[in-house]
Amino acid sequence: MSKPRTWPAHVFLAAGALVMLAPFAWQLIVALQTLTDSLRVPPKFTPSWQWSNFVDVFRSVPLARQFVNTAVVTAAVTAGQLLLCSLAAFAFARLRFPLRGILFMAFLAVLMVPGELFLIPRYEIMQGLGWLNTLQALIAPGVFGAFGTFMLRQFFLSLPKELDEAAAIDGANPLQIYWHILLPLVRPGLLALGMLTVMWSWSSLLWPLVVNTDPEMMTLSAGLASLRGQFLTNYPILFAGSVVASLPVIVLFVVMQRQLIAGIAFTGSKG
Amino acid sequence: MHTRREWAWGYLLIAPMALGLAVFYLWPIVQTLFLSFTESGVFGGYTWVGTANFTDLSVDEEMYGALGNTLLYAVLVLAGVPLSIVVAALLNVPGLRGLSLYRTLYFLPVVTMPAAVGLTWSYLFNGDFGVINHLLGYLGIDGPYWLGDPDFAIYAIAVVGIWSSIGYNAVLFLAGLQGIPRHYYEAAEIDGAGRLRQFLRITLPLLTPTTFFVLVITMINALQVFDLVYLMVDPKSPSLEGSRTIVYLFYEKGFVQNQRGLAAAIAVVLLGIILALTAIQFRLQKKWVHYE
Repeated sequence: MSKPRTWPAHVFLAAGALVMLAPFAWQLIVALQTLTDSLRVPPKFTPSWQWSNFVDVFRSVPLARQFVNTAVVTAAVTAGQLLLCSLAAFAFARLRFPLRGILFMAFLAVLMVPGELFLIPRYEIMQGLGWLNTLQALIAPGVFGAFGTFMLRQFFLSLPKELDEAAAIDGANPLQIYWHILLPLVRPGLLALGMLTVMWSWSSLLWPLVVNTDPEMMTLSAGLASLRGQFLTNYPILFAGSVVASLPVIVLFVVMQRQLIAGIAFTGSKG
Repeated sequence: MHTRREWAWGYLLIAPMALGLAVFYLWPIVQTLFLSFTESGVFGGYTWVGTANFTDLSVDEEMYGALGNTLLYAVLVLAGVPLSIVVAALLNVPGLRGLSLYRTLYFLPVVTMPAAVGLTWSYLFNGDFGVINHLLGYLGIDGPYWLGDPDFAIYAIAVVGIWSSIGYNAVLFLAGLQGIPRHYYEAAEIDGAGRLRQFLRITLPLLTPTTFFVLVITMINALQVFDLVYLMVDPKSPSLEGSRTIVYLFYEKGFVQNQRGLAAAIAVVLLGIILALTAIQFRLQKKWVHYE
């Protein structure tokens, strides 16, 4: 087979990558500009090294608090998803019980419904519990997910049945089989689901926006949105905040990209 | 293991998830359907109003505006899907170096929170000091006030919508491309088919299951767009008329104006639209999707 040249592909891919990267570069530059420089016509393409923006943004909104809120919610939601989804997925994949198929279909049905249908009743649940403006209002609905259950079930199904049988003969109960034998083997699935959950939970906007209106209890997404001015936005400060807010997930992605990409490719393969 | 004990374990292990899904997913669906036939009172509580919310919506200009904006946005974003196919095909060129670097770069917008993305782009699209109009100026084009103009806002938002999903879709397409057996290409090579011909005759047809999946999820997501509109358009701007989407209207009615019943009806209409359009896509699927 002839060996194709790769440089034309590089030309197009590099041009595209530039378009992908440019807004980030621009955001970083402006995060280091003075307010006047950020509003210049024509635009000033160099930073003014105004590092104080990164300090000031913590004074304009309770950014440190919002950062902690977001981290706590994301950690709790991810841990909860991994535990509850894997438990249910294990049961659906490895145990036999009446109505299993119907129950699983009911789980899947949830995936077909747009998220907006859940919002008003969930809001009323939180209101009833007195949980508005609390972190548990963000965590509680987030730990449950049909997608994760479906995804991990596929991973459990791919493991040989003999593993469970051998362990059962040795007297292990299903919970022990799940925890000691199968869970370590579905690690790639857990990592992929974990990465997707971190990404979704860290960035989600609509639900945090409606349940937590107190700036102290907001997550970063809603907090950043609240930094917009009605007439004039202080972009350098806003962008300093954006950099701080989006960096953790970007770093995590760079470290764990194989797992995240595997997770996303999975969502495609089972369509 | 005794069968009865296996049953008990099965129910026990799915119980936490089943309970959570019932409380936070299934019950809310029922509740929203119910609420869509009610009106919320000033001091809480509901009054049954029959189909009044739906008849109100059927003559509501804002609702039709939102519907039109949402459909336009969906069409624009769907039109951006071929870009992801091109990126994936380029990444799939045999012997390409730097694949993981490119993938990382194209993926950055996907892993960045929409809040940061939307706010950054609203700066780029600014009519006075935005870089986009500055660059258009070199081409002799006097760019509009993108986000302040009802005729342009949704296009600007769609650009950002496409930009942030190229990487995601390209990963799906790349997985699809890698699933195409090599021997098809080897056979085409022997027959003397050029690379463009191979792409059109082998790659695109065999990729159609992935393309179909991407189009379906892209459409479903686009019909629910909220974040970018909320972040990029000032709530008091006149351009909201040209960029208010269905979910944005839902948010305004349900959580700003406290018309819960009407908001629930909007959500139900959205569900209907999504189901109908998805059903149409599945119908059309038979005409163009090749399953081996």
